[in-house]
Amino acid sequence: MTAQIPLVDYLALDDVPHLVANECVRCGARYFDRRNGCASCEATEFRKVPIDTTGTVRGFTIVAQARPGVAVPFVAATIDCGGTTVRGNLVNVPPDAEHVHVGMKVRLTTTTVGTDGKGTEAVGFGFEPLEGSM
Amino acid sequence: MSTDDVWILGISMTKFGKAPDKDAVDLASEAAVSALADGGVTMRQMEVLAAGNLTGTGGLGQQLQKQIGQTGIPVYNVANACATGATALRTVIMAVKSEEADYGMAVGVEKLAGAGLLGRPAPKHNEDEWTPAGRFGAVAPLEGRVGTDTLPGVFAQIGLEYDQRYGGADFELFARISEKNHAHSTLNPLATYQKRFSLEEIMNDVMVSYPNTRPMCSANCDGAAAAVVVNGRTLKKLSAEQKARAVKVSASVLTTDPWQEGCQVLPNVNALTRNAAQKAYERSGIGPQDLNLVELHDCFATAELVHYDNLMLCEEGGAVDFFESGAPWRDGRLPVNVSGGLESKGHPVAATGIANIWEVCQHLRGEAGPRQIEHAKVGLAHVIGLGSTCGVHILERAA
Repeated sequence: MTAQIPLVDYLALDDVPHLVANECVRCGARYFDRRNGCASCEATEFRKVPIDTTGTVRGFTIVAQARPGVAVPFVAATIDCGGTTVRGNLVNVPPDAEHVHVGMKVRLTTTTVGTDGKGTEAVGFGFEPLEGSM
Repeated sequence: MSTDDVWILGISMTKFGKAPDKDAVDLASEAAVSALADGGVTMRQMEVLAAGNLTGTGGLGQQLQKQIGQTGIPVYNVANACATGATALRTVIMAVKSEEADYGMAVGVEKLAGAGLLGRPAPKHNEDEWTPAGRFGAVAPLEGRVGTDTLPGVFAQIGLEYDQRYGGADFELFARISEKNHAHSTLNPLATYQKRFSLEEIMNDVMVSYPNTRPMCSANCDGAAAAVVVNGRTLKKLSAEQKARAVKVSASVLTTDPWQEGCQVLPNVNALTRNAAQKAYERSGIGPQDLNLVELHDCFATAELVHYDNLMLCEEGGAVDFFESGAPWRDGRLPVNVSGGLESKGHPVAATGIANIWEVCQHLRGEAGPRQIEHAKVGLAHVIGLGSTCGVHILERAA
């Protein structure tokens, strides 16, 4: 099997790929980046928590103009995954306003980013419509 | 006038647009000299200078002094993204309010004509061997792979999140907001664009980031603005004309984004604006119902909608109804962005947070010419700099 590496360190490539947040032990605030402390309560201890793999689109945009090297159009969105806001692209859906709308139900899926010189595949993620939600 | 009040004594903005023969120091000098003349004062009287310029070489304040007056006063070169101008003004207001200075000047300038999306350049990644880097341990650039950081895209999502929460906002509604601001700018000779667009033209223009088409995005342009601030004790000693034209700063508030769920995933421009507005209304004893005009930060048409709500110009969740009522048109109940706003007047970033004050002052002084809002007594100016910073100023006509 090809060696894989996640696009970001908060993507866990387990049997069921999912996102992992740093959750503040004291107040429960969740973050996806490397932390120096909690912006909500100033505590400094965090634990890893899995994030729901299904959610609801809160907001989106269809990016038609981007800097060189970024393929357009793509759909960027914020998704409410069980009370935690996540950002990601909406994939496996035509990038137009007839097919993408706020409130749509989506689930996490993985995407291929590319393979490096050593044959390792970088794996990204996106959210695709849940069947029947169109 | 009470002795501890703070007043705008003189204020100016340059023509916004393309100024190919002028550099940032030229534009800043033009704005500063005009503001001094407008207030009937000179550089010799200024005791503090705050200056903002994001795209230049740094040290704008001292560069400006070297052209218009090296008097040795302290300079604060400030930066707070699109709220830089408001931050410069707030810096001077704090100095005057604390009685460290009787007079001070704030200047903001930008050379942005022809600039693009203002996206950050992609960080370098090693494609020979994927190597996690940065705060997300990313092995490749995330723009376009995990959402977007482009400003039109960020503010598009902010607008559609409002729709998800309250309903009623769609592409056409956002385009109609832009139609209003472009219509308003036809009366503003200093605006970058003074062309009225039809709704069809706006909706059929180049799509930048749905639902924001090109005319629904702030216009990158060159421009500068400057303001001279004075305390009430000093103003009392000035001429009748200076007193009559001075504009009272009834509230000057700066906030940053407080932590809320999701705020580090997509910038939350709502909470800090609401906080700033609330503080400004409390400090001034003025409520949204007392306002005669508002200049708010319509960096994109999608942003203007959410700020009707954040500035409490309508009931919570009522921004769509507020717009549909016709209120924010210049002949409506509460005109918003009669200057043309950032979409049409233009957005020379560091100048914006002073230029919006200039617009309000023009109306409060009764000097706004053909676009004068009659009998304007009280106005509010608002800016947002992503990151985030919010500036809200409430201004009142001299009694």
